[in-house]
Amino acid sequence: MLTTRTLAASIAATAIVALTLTGCASGTAGAAGTDGSVDAATATSLSAFGDLAALEAAAIDEGALNVIALPRDWANYGAVLDLFAEKYPEITITEAAPDGSSAEEIQAAENLAGQDTAPDVFDLGLAVALANTDQFAPYQVATWSDIPDALKEESGLYVGDYGGYMAVGYDPDAVPAPESLSDLLGDDYRGKVAINGDPTQAGAAFAAVGMAAVQNDGSVDDFQAGIDFFSDLNAAGNFVKIDPTPATIASGETPVVFDWDYLNVGYGTQLDGERNWEVVVFPGTGYAGYYNQAINADAPHPAAARLWQEFLYSDDAQNLWLAGGARPARADAMADAGTIDTDLFDALPAVPDTTVVPTAEQSEAAATLLGEKWAAAVQ
Amino acid sequence: MSSRFRVPAAAFGLLPFAVYVLLFLALPTLIAVGTGFVGADGGFTLDTVAALGDPVVLDAFGNTIWLSALTAVIGAVVGALVCYALLGAHPEGALRSSIDSVSSVLAQFGGVMLAFAFVATIGVQGLITVLLRDTFGLDIYADGVWLYELPGLVLPYIYFQVPLMVITFMPALASLKPAWAEANATLGGTSRTYWLRIALPVLAPSFLGSLLLLFANAFSSYATAATLTSQGQQIVPLQIRSALTSETMLGRENLAGALALGMIIVMAIVMTGYSSLQGRAARWQR
Repeated sequence: MLTTRTLAASIAATAIVALTLTGCASGTAGAAGTDGSVDAATATSLSAFGDLAALEAAAIDEGALNVIALPRDWANYGAVLDLFAEKYPEITITEAAPDGSSAEEIQAAENLAGQDTAPDVFDLGLAVALANTDQFAPYQVATWSDIPDALKEESGLYVGDYGGYMAVGYDPDAVPAPESLSDLLGDDYRGKVAINGDPTQAGAAFAAVGMAAVQNDGSVDDFQAGIDFFSDLNAAGNFVKIDPTPATIASGETPVVFDWDYLNVGYGTQLDGERNWEVVVFPGTGYAGYYNQAINADAPHPAAARLWQEFLYSDDAQNLWLAGGARPARADAMADAGTIDTDLFDALPAVPDTTVVPTAEQSEAAATLLGEKWAAAVQ
Repeated sequence: MSSRFRVPAAAFGLLPFAVYVLLFLALPTLIAVGTGFVGADGGFTLDTVAALGDPVVLDAFGNTIWLSALTAVIGAVVGALVCYALLGAHPEGALRSSIDSVSSVLAQFGGVMLAFAFVATIGVQGLITVLLRDTFGLDIYADGVWLYELPGLVLPYIYFQVPLMVITFMPALASLKPAWAEANATLGGTSRTYWLRIALPVLAPSFLGSLLLLFANAFSSYATAATLTSQGQQIVPLQIRSALTSETMLGRENLAGALALGMIIVMAIVMTGYSSLQGRAARWQR
């Protein structure tokens, strides 16, 4: 049994190790490129290195890349990591805490600062990215101009990469197809509807409440309508409070799941042959969200971190997001240039009439509201 | 001469343990509690500790305490009955030793494994649930899936509480000396007077001590609840996790320290009670 005591102990032990090792490991941090003329840690674009080949050489010279909190079944990350490893076999990728949260990524960077094992790059929800900009190194990838302005911080501290719509995945053999949010309150869905995490904790679950709010006559300014919906869902006996995973879907424990459309599509791919799994984005107002890439300012492998960014915004990796059911940040530019995988692009669920993305202020207000109301609403 | 060196040598032998306690118990406790008094700007503040008065936090403490108390009482009573039933079995016999070893294993069978064992047996599509529904037409989840709510934690918790009670209470019951029963009989006592005047008073401190241990065990239990119920963070250990790792409510890391302080206070009270009861119980076990 994991107790709070062991939890506190392990946190403290990490802190102690971090304190004692900071001195020894700092020599490798901030190492310059191969020719010694480029300080990769301060490079803000490819031009600092000269060209991609020079960046690749510098990264291969470092020989390692630390990533954190990248679940292999999340938006096709498994394939993305594999392609990078295939392209640069000289660079060893260390995948830490695949199921960690965005907040834990930042904590790891703080606890491990100065060590070889600190994360080089982050993959973050917007709220965490906005709150931790001093932890990031600005960097603009070569394909910077393809990325819509709304998705990027202007100096390149963080950049939206892949995203999608909050959607409902369901097993058509267990439940009828829901056509609107209110359908889920019906008797057919008794004990069957789950959301991916607690909204006071997980970004995807937070978005589920946001989507319920805009679909339930509310708005992103006020999540109360969304909280009310889940309160009704709970009162109807339809809400299942276990975290859905491919395992709970396979066993039939969670036949209806609120999650990002690309994650729901991913569940379907993973359970191919075991379960049928359909994904629906309700018509009307859609709720979208993007995940952001950022480079750790104290990255132990600064060149590899920058190469990873260049790779993520390359056509290859962007098409891999698409294969995972996510909408890549460069999708429109790639469609114009004809480099997008059109089969996959056309196969994405239809975009709702209007799309909302909450601002930082709206997110903060919603988080405060959820902190006060959520626990009581679903009890 | 040798006796002079005994004391420092003995103290030296204890050093590894002392260092261990310092590094993995005292220091983490201090750090955890300390963070409860530090604000976001790094200065001293009482605001975080004041947040312990927040209704959501108070609810969580209330939930944790009643869940722990309920499962401790059920676990203690059922466990004591099992121990009593085992008294009839031969102490060196196969039954006693197998129940002893099974209890030792099951008392530690908590966390994610236990949670999934319950999902597989009495989850919505669990073996027993489906059997009851299809064969007897009995739907245990007709009013909603309670397994993944707070009351649903009671069953899994009892699952590791009863064996723990058997382990901790069996020695006390086994130490009831046959001579006492004989003395009671020789002096004209009945079975009733034996239990009422002799056995129960002797066993009471051990029983209450074990009860407190069970309470503490449930109070600090985390992984079973974390796996089974994801909504509302209704018990304190889950709130600590939430304060540390939340992606949506940021900047509450120090609240975790304050929550830990609250838990430490409850645990300190329980452990003080436990050790004083153990002192009383030990008198009869010499």
